[in-house]
Amino acid sequence: MTKILKISGLEKSYTSGQKQLTVLKDISFEVEKGQTFSIVGPSGSGKTTLLGLCAGLDDPNSGSVELCGYNLKGLNEDERAQLRNKEVGFIFQNFQLLPTLTALENVSVPLELQGAPDAISKSKQLLEKVGLVDRMHHYPSQLSGGEQQRVALARAFANTPSILFADEPTGNLDEETGEKVIKLLFDLNKEAGTTLVIISHDLDLANRTQQILRLKGGQIMTNEPTAIN
Amino acid sequence: MQKVTPIKAKASWLFKMAWRDAKASSVRLVLFMTSIILGIAAVVAIQLLSDTMQANIKLQSKNLMGADYIIDTRQNPTERAQAIIDSLQPDAKEVNFASMIAFPKNNGTKLVQVRGIEGGFPFYGSMDTKPIEASSNYQSKGGALVDATLMLQFGINLGDSIKVGKVTLPIVGILKSIPGNTAVSTSIAPPVVIPYQFIDATELIQFGSRKEYQFFYKASDILDLNALEDRIEPMLEAESADLDTHTSTSRRLGRRFNNVVRFLNLAAFIALLLGCIGIASSVHVYIKEKLKAIAVLKCLGASRKQSFLIYLIQISGIGILGGLIGSIIGIGIQLLFPFILESFLPFELQVSLTPTPIIIGILLGFLMSVLFALLPLLNTWYVSPLKVLRVSEEAEQPRTVRTLIFAAILVFLFLFSLWLLRDLEYALAFVGGALVAFLILALTARFFMKLVRRFFPRSWRFTTRQGLLNLYRPNNQTVVLILAIGLGTFLIGNLYFTKDILLAKTEVGQTAENANLIILDIQSHQRDEVLKQLNDRQLPIMDDIPLVTMRLHKIKDRLVNEIKQDTARKVRRWILNHEFRTTYRANMIDSEELLKGEWVEKADPGTTIPISISDGFASDARLELGDTVIFNVQGVLMETTVASIRKVDWGRVQLNFNIVFPRGVLEDAPQFNVFTTAAANEKVSADFQRDLVAALPGATIIDLRQVFTIVEDILDKVSWVINFMAIFSIITGLFVLIASVRTSKYQRIKESVLLRTIGATNKQILKITILEYLFLGLLGSIMGVLLALFSSFGLGLFLFQEPFVPSAIPFVVFVPGITLLVLVIGLSNIRSVLSSSPLEVLRREV
Repeated sequence: MTKILKISGLEKSYTSGQKQLTVLKDISFEVEKGQTFSIVGPSGSGKTTLLGLCAGLDDPNSGSVELCGYNLKGLNEDERAQLRNKEVGFIFQNFQLLPTLTALENVSVPLELQGAPDAISKSKQLLEKVGLVDRMHHYPSQLSGGEQQRVALARAFANTPSILFADEPTGNLDEETGEKVIKLLFDLNKEAGTTLVIISHDLDLANRTQQILRLKGGQIMTNEPTAIN
Repeated sequence: MQKVTPIKAKASWLFKMAWRDAKASSVRLVLFMTSIILGIAAVVAIQLLSDTMQANIKLQSKNLMGADYIIDTRQNPTERAQAIIDSLQPDAKEVNFASMIAFPKNNGTKLVQVRGIEGGFPFYGSMDTKPIEASSNYQSKGGALVDATLMLQFGINLGDSIKVGKVTLPIVGILKSIPGNTAVSTSIAPPVVIPYQFIDATELIQFGSRKEYQFFYKASDILDLNALEDRIEPMLEAESADLDTHTSTSRRLGRRFNNVVRFLNLAAFIALLLGCIGIASSVHVYIKEKLKAIAVLKCLGASRKQSFLIYLIQISGIGILGGLIGSIIGIGIQLLFPFILESFLPFELQVSLTPTPIIIGILLGFLMSVLFALLPLLNTWYVSPLKVLRVSEEAEQPRTVRTLIFAAILVFLFLFSLWLLRDLEYALAFVGGALVAFLILALTARFFMKLVRRFFPRSWRFTTRQGLLNLYRPNNQTVVLILAIGLGTFLIGNLYFTKDILLAKTEVGQTAENANLIILDIQSHQRDEVLKQLNDRQLPIMDDIPLVTMRLHKIKDRLVNEIKQDTARKVRRWILNHEFRTTYRANMIDSEELLKGEWVEKADPGTTIPISISDGFASDARLELGDTVIFNVQGVLMETTVASIRKVDWGRVQLNFNIVFPRGVLEDAPQFNVFTTAAANEKVSADFQRDLVAALPGATIIDLRQVFTIVEDILDKVSWVINFMAIFSIITGLFVLIASVRTSKYQRIKESVLLRTIGATNKQILKITILEYLFLGLLGSIMGVLLALFSSFGLGLFLFQEPFVPSAIPFVVFVPGITLLVLVIGLSNIRSVLSSSPLEVLRREV
């Protein structure tokens, strides 16, 4: 199978005051195209840092990241942004909708960035899929948390990404709403055949993916397939 | 490794995004736009007023003069001067002088300007009379034209007669206007026009009388007036005559309004700077709020350039729109000015509407928004998409980029001031001053933060500590707000102080009034009559000053005529041509202060005469202590030496002199006297004037009471304009402050909500907020006023060349006022936090 994400020998450290803080140490793993993959670990284990590096939002101190066939080290910031626009979708714990755009406008941004002529109609279809077509002209502040995350889901799938990164997608939602959002996420993912990388500390959620990578103290503890395989 | 193919968002998408974002941020952007609108409105209004005044002066200088050029002299033209005058073939001539006239009908008397005219003057503009034909036939009819207001005041009608010196003439026309008379001069000494042929018969032109001969010329359009002036002027100068062309008159008139125009320019510069501060502080906070959204955009694939351009387009759009609205308001304000300035300008102010101010306004709005927003805007370029995942430190902008932006801002400000002031030194000083103020405030803010941090009162109560903590912890607004409040106060304070400088001089004149009647041109043999009349009416003799007229003959062994020919001379022209009225006395008076040398009371016979000169005269004549000067006193040469130099306060309404002789020299020279007295009321004053003129027709009486009323009226109008522009700019400043403090709302609102969520009471949140804004308001306003005090001192010294006595208003009104304003806006910022549930606030304020 094709590897969509190849991480090898990744290291990341930050300088905090006088001290050097190593957040990730010697991380190597691969994600296959179409696979559902989760990264789990306690708070401070380096999950979010790893996500940032995988998606090209940050640079490692050493090691390499190959995303969709591109070595991120060889790309500048704008090229990485272009790669994200074409190949990557995001779902964040805090939804991260653009507060000054309506739900419809939020969903259409990735498509408009590509210059897609049918951005609006495609976005409407996506909002219909997440059940929010009647609220498409609402601003994020006028939507509930669950609704905001559904808009974020629609936006994440708008550019038909090859890989989707979800950072604690239910972290800000109650159990019932969280469950609805996760169901929607997996349904949309199945329909689109997208590779899904979920970052979470919720083991139940991780167990619904095909592979689980466990992080602790910035190092990989295990990287195993789940029962779903 | 393959390359990523670029994505193809259209340019129109950037505009679409800018518009979408602007729509949802309209409240914040309106605050930002207010700064631009007010700044531009002030600049456009002031610039238009200044341009209109200059253009009108140019346009109407011919009408003002009534001729293409004039040769004038304050004495009977010399033979050589007369030859030049005749060779150019004057089309009309005039002699004018101030004199008392009488109306036999009711014995009314008044100081007027008698203008004896021969020929068809004016050639341009008009002599407006009733009946209309009187202006062309008064000479053939042998009648007088009398100022309309004067006739009304004295109840005189057409056909009544007027007594000018020894001549009584019928009044054949009511004079409404005539070139060469402004509303001001007309009110003090209204014009009376009589045919030239009667001048001798009036017997008013005698030794010592102040008079002016004018010869009017009409030139063909192709005559180069400047060339003529260059050729003839030196020859005339040597003969104590002068050639004025309508172009040089317009220059001189322009200079008369120099200080007012300078002040207006200062106000414009300040208004614009205030606008810029408003922009910088609003955009700083605005963009800070947007950074997370920009990081999201970058996550979704927007490039650095796209993120930057979206907000650049937005800010430019606001700048252009603000510039347009500001220009329209500015034009509206300018339309008001002609009504206000009507009577203090010697011409009608015509306002012309051109597209230029709108273009300039839009351009300025665009430039100032972009330049002052550029530093905060750059954050959109450098913000990392990682900000989406974690609260990261903001990326530092490269030093070179920051330096370049600062340099661009300084260049813009410099070019703007240069355009405004058309003077390199002033422009440099303005920009330098603003930069120094900026640096001092920024350093003070940083120092203050360090100070609070170092001496933080750990034992104080939670609310006090929290209020103080807000001043230096992450997300603090100390530097930005102290800069905005401080610079705002600094500029407002400056405007107030300089307004004081301009207006103070007039107050000195108005308060130093003891004497209210000045009796001029009294010759020695008429002294007794004046003294008798004063004593009869028990009017006090406050001054009895002898006047001796003289001209300079030699300065430091060089003949004045020789200096006149010297093109490289440093002695000012007026010194060489002027007929000086000097006096002699034993003591200095209140308005004088000895600067150098020794005051000599009485001259010793047989030695060179020690004189005292004013500092202005000394510098214009290039004289120092001990230099010799020879005067021509009515034909007698008198050698003197400079024994002392005095500072003279010319602003005092009293008789001041450039040259004062000691006693024992001029007592026997031909002279006339000036008396001052105080009449208790208008009736006493009028009766005295009537009787004195009846006895001494040549005496001139100036009624200071009238002069003060007129001067006051004119100054009121000038003050009105100055106050108006000052207040306008102050309001701009207040809006900028409101905008700056208001935008800080978004910095504190989440923290206040969190505090409330974890149990802080409204009272505690209020206390924390009050303390933070109180510190910021106090420090900013005090620093601002102090800086304004120093810079106004400099402005008074170098720009307006007037002494500066600071008013207390900025300290007692501005400091508490601005602090209170900052406090009120700061508190209104958290109003929503106090009155709603935390969740509601957080949702609404996203």
